Amino acid sequence: MSEERPKRISIIAVHGTLDMAYPPLILASTAVAMDMEACIFFTFYGLEIIKKGANLQVPPLANPAMPKPIPGLPIGVPNIIGVLPGMTAMATGMMKGWMAKANVMPIDKMLDTCLKTGVRMIGCQMTMDVMGVKKEDLIDGIEIGGAGTYLDYAADADINLSF
Amino acid sequence: MQIAKTLDCKGQCCPEPILNIKAAMGEVKSGDIVEMCATDPGSVNDMASWAKRTGNTIVEQKQEGNVFTFYVKKK
Repeated sequence: MSEERPKRISIIAVHGTLDMAYPPLILASTAVAMDMEACIFFTFYGLEIIKKGANLQVPPLANPAMPKPIPGLPIGVPNIIGVLPGMTAMATGMMKGWMAKANVMPIDKMLDTCLKTGVRMIGCQMTMDVMGVKKEDLIDGIEIGGAGTYLDYAADADINLSF
Repeated sequence: MQIAKTLDCKGQCCPEPILNIKAAMGEVKSGDIVEMCATDPGSVNDMASWAKRTGNTIVEQKQEGNVFTFYVKKK
């Protein structure tokens, strides 16, 4: 095995929510900035992250870690409230507000950075077939592949993660 | 110390300072020093890890108030 080969990270993105879209993109772009090779395999709901004009949401249900809507208030939003119409939009709006306040890069900028810096981005062919997603529905620069494509890359990776 | 490039990452949070220092390295020559300042407290550890991984050297760093300044020599 060559000692000179760059370190390599492979990431599987399975979820299509705003909060779950960040970790793969942050880690992949940072890995490239640290002279590593990086690849993200977008499969199942993760495909949503790389759709053109994606508007990712934050689910308000079953998420006790969600910060309180009113700082200082001892209770968060009860799950029963989370099922009401409009609560997903509200949770998403809150999360986007916090992100903007903390000056976190928006998802579209993160995707752009990943593509420009050479993160290999693979959309899952099987998921596309199942969900009726066409290549032109995805942002430019996405490669299409399957489990074999991902595993071929991951077999030589030093770090393998799934989100 | 002669500064080849100055990079302002104040107000940015993870991972932007690392992405930007990497991009800045592409704009200078080997041996050049880039001055980078950041307010993200995480950048102290992140910059050390970044330098270790990429082979660039943090020749000096300081903190003034909440601003961290790094002087990075390109390998």
